[in-house]
Amino acid sequence: MNVIVCVKQIPDPATPYRLEEGTNWLIRPEEQILDDTDRYGVEMGLQLVEPSGGTVTVVSMGPAGSGQGIRQALAMGADDAILIEDTSLRGSDALTTARVLAAAVGRREFGLVIAGTESTDGYSGVVPQMLAEILDVPALTYATKVEVDEGSVTIHRQTVAGYDVVTSSLPAVVSVTAGVVEPRYPTFKGIMDAKKKSIETLSMGDLGAERAPEQLVLSIVDAAERTAGRKIEDDGDAHEAIVALLAERKVI
Amino acid sequence: MAGYEPRLDEIVFTLTQVADLDSVAKLDGFQDIDADTARQILGEAGRFFSEVMAPLNRVGDRQGSVLTPEGTVRTPDGFKEAYKKYVDAGWSAAHLSERWGGGGLPYIIGVVIEEMFKTANMAFSLAPMLTHGAVEALERHGTDEMRAAYIEKLVSGEWTGTMNLTEPEAGSDLGAVRTRAERQEDGTYRLFGTKIFITWGDQDLTDNIIHLVLARTPGSPPGTKGISMFLVPKFILDEKGDPGERNDIKVVSLEHKLGIHASPTCVMSYGEEGRGAVGYLVGEEHQGMRNMFTMMNLARVGVGMEGVAIGERAYQQALGFARSRVQGREIGGDSKDSVVIIEHPDVRRMLLTIRANVEAMRSLLYVVAAEGDHQIHADSEERRKLAGDRLALMTPIVKAWCTDLGVEMASLGIQVHGGMGYIEETGAAQLLRDSRIAPIYEGTNGIQAIDLVLRKVPVEGGAVVSGLIAEMAAELDTMSPHEDLAQFREELAVAIQGLGETSTWLGERLIAGDLRSALAGATPYLRQFGTVLGGWLMARAAVAALSAPSGFEPDFLEEKVTIARFYGEQLLPVANALAPAVKGGAALLDGAGL
Ligand SMILES: Cc1cc2nc3c(=O)[nH]c(=O)nc-3n(C[C@H](O)[C@H](O)[C@H](O)COP(=O)(O)OP(=O)(O)OC[C@H]3O[C@@H](n4cnc5c(N)ncnc54)[C@H](O)[C@@H]3O)c2cc1C
Repeated sequence: MNVIVCVKQIPDPATPYRLEEGTNWLIRPEEQILDDTDRYGVEMGLQLVEPSGGTVTVVSMGPAGSGQGIRQALAMGADDAILIEDTSLRGSDALTTARVLAAAVGRREFGLVIAGTESTDGYSGVVPQMLAEILDVPALTYATKVEVDEGSVTIHRQTVAGYDVVTSSLPAVVSVTAGVVEPRYPTFKGIMDAKKKSIETLSMGDLGAERAPEQLVLSIVDAAERTAGRKIEDDGDAHEAIVALLAERKVI
Repeated sequence: MAGYEPRLDEIVFTLTQVADLDSVAKLDGFQDIDADTARQILGEAGRFFSEVMAPLNRVGDRQGSVLTPEGTVRTPDGFKEAYKKYVDAGWSAAHLSERWGGGGLPYIIGVVIEEMFKTANMAFSLAPMLTHGAVEALERHGTDEMRAAYIEKLVSGEWTGTMNLTEPEAGSDLGAVRTRAERQEDGTYRLFGTKIFITWGDQDLTDNIIHLVLARTPGSPPGTKGISMFLVPKFILDEKGDPGERNDIKVVSLEHKLGIHASPTCVMSYGEEGRGAVGYLVGEEHQGMRNMFTMMNLARVGVGMEGVAIGERAYQQALGFARSRVQGREIGGDSKDSVVIIEHPDVRRMLLTIRANVEAMRSLLYVVAAEGDHQIHADSEERRKLAGDRLALMTPIVKAWCTDLGVEMASLGIQVHGGMGYIEETGAAQLLRDSRIAPIYEGTNGIQAIDLVLRKVPVEGGAVVSGLIAEMAAELDTMSPHEDLAQFREELAVAIQGLGETSTWLGERLIAGDLRSALAGATPYLRQFGTVLGGWLMARAAVAALSAPSGFEPDFLEEKVTIARFYGEQLLPVANALAPAVKGGAALLDGAGL
């Protein structure tokens, strides 16, 4: 079975993000890194193809920059990459992203498409579902565990109460949560080998994909400053105050 | 303790703009290494060390390595698993020769990987550091059979190596080594004696440990001329080359130390059971000191690195604290609100002092590492020789200047915290405790200064020093067009001239045979030399940053210029203040009634 993993290059979250004036689009530096949440998808893909000897292809949309993030996925062990880069895609929303990814994925034969539940820089959280819809395959989402067996895939789908067990036929799209597997650290050899792996770069023209009707970012509001925490002194009944607080926040 | 985030931009900038990674990349065999690849490798290495090794730094300090009742060392929780990951990922072998299964990267990249390990966890990093030294010694001086049996396992990190020099009566003066090695009929030796202070002398990370031991054969001449080097495995290899019978080596005890608690410092007894520890001669008999020095030189650079590493960690730790500690009002503002202490000029001075010193030290470290690559791989004999001379000259400076500063910066890091810095929980205190060994082991800093003055300055009649000084002076021309660097340039010109003067003075004392005067000034001279080298390389960094090289954000480059100027305008000027101490002679020292 071949697996395709959707991954994203994002600006290093350790650095301050800047937005372009007017459009409110995120300014993407030359050096971007692999979104940490995508490491889980890549690891999952690598583990799933191991027994059958299939391939793992990563697919990514966005400005290539130095390509560092893509090569990080290749260094973990993915076999090759498809990168869709087109200036006309600047500022595209979830639907356009899903269309573009679907067009790219459709060029390959695959058993499973894996994506993270949401990217760390965009957080829309709907691309995997849209992608499945466009590809016309089932979407299995929020997986905390994934198993593939003779033409079917079974996941544990995380819910508020615990998890659901969801099974579907292949091919399918699965979105995985952080923690589904422990991502490996690339080996030194893997990093060097990644330099020789193929990264196929495609434009919108190559794909014949179309941009979806526009989403506009009208305004941006600064997040509220964090307020000072509340200290509960323990005179033996602190647990009650904590229970009350959790109940007030509807955590319990 | 705060975490560790490698400052990748700063590292890559220093590699490419200060240490000229490009010229190393052009050397035979290194064609794979451009700035991009370096960034990729170091990005992944950095993630590994910060996520896997840095969290174990505190654990290691608290638990320490301990001696079990069975007489073996147990490392702190998590060390064994982390070591396996380190070896599996191939980081241990990355810069070692492909011939032995290494990654074939230049030494300069290996140095950065090691720096990251040390910044994450200095105590732990000593195990691979000594292993790398053992590889180097076997590569140069081992027999073919020896290399076949041991070197690949050491390169991969499957086994570790140690360095056994010190004995109760033999520290700085290794000529006093007494451990005995008796030749057997089959050509092997049996060793008897006690070694002390042996770093990672035992551990539970690997199935075997390869000790390189200095010892004396019967009838050998006294002093360093009678010392030979032996390879003594913890487990003697069986016919298949696997660890077999336990050798006659015992860990008698572990030292209780000020810092680096995770690193077991062992008292080792050879031949206590009476059979003698089985050992194999490395290189020729009586050549042990010389051969050990091949491994000591690299290890000295490796220890110098600890100054950079501790300084970097102290900086990150102090910076995080200064950004969150609220105390006092803004000076020169009208707000009545208290501010975070990073707003206070004096706190900013402390942070900048740490950072500028760290970046100057790192520059020197990488430049020295590049010379290490040129020494072996440059295509002309002339360049190889120059690199070798430069490496030899700068090795004691890297070792001593960086480690002295490492201690000072760790101390300053505590100062930034105020009282919390003195409290163990914060983590700043561990850095100071850990840092303190670096000026002592691998040859005390006093011995480094003597090495610089007696053995390095006189090389080629002083031409290596004067050549380096001339090259430093050439940097002044590249600074001229930049108005922002005018004051820095002035300070650098004065500092370089001052170094020239003290160098000449020392040279004259040596020629006159007045060694006592020359050595009385050795330590301040080394400090002066290091400080000026730092100024020279920070000038190079500033000029490079002003030329806006691609691959770096404008903010980063602007900050680099600021840090470099701070070094040049405010730290560098102390260099000349050391001149009176260098040239003071021994009279006052001898006159004091100690
Ligand atoms: C934690 C730790 C780990 C170590 N790891 C190892 C290891 O793995 N392997 C190993 O072999 N050794 C190791 N050592 C030993 C270390 O290298 C020695 O302690 C060091 O070389 C100094 O020797 P010494 O302690 O005998 O001090 P001494 O030589 O007695 O020196 C005492 C002082 O006198 C000065 N001094 C000595 N001789 C002279 C001189 N001729 N001129 C001017 N000043 C002089 C020194 O600079 C120093 O300030 C370790 C030590 C420690 C504490």
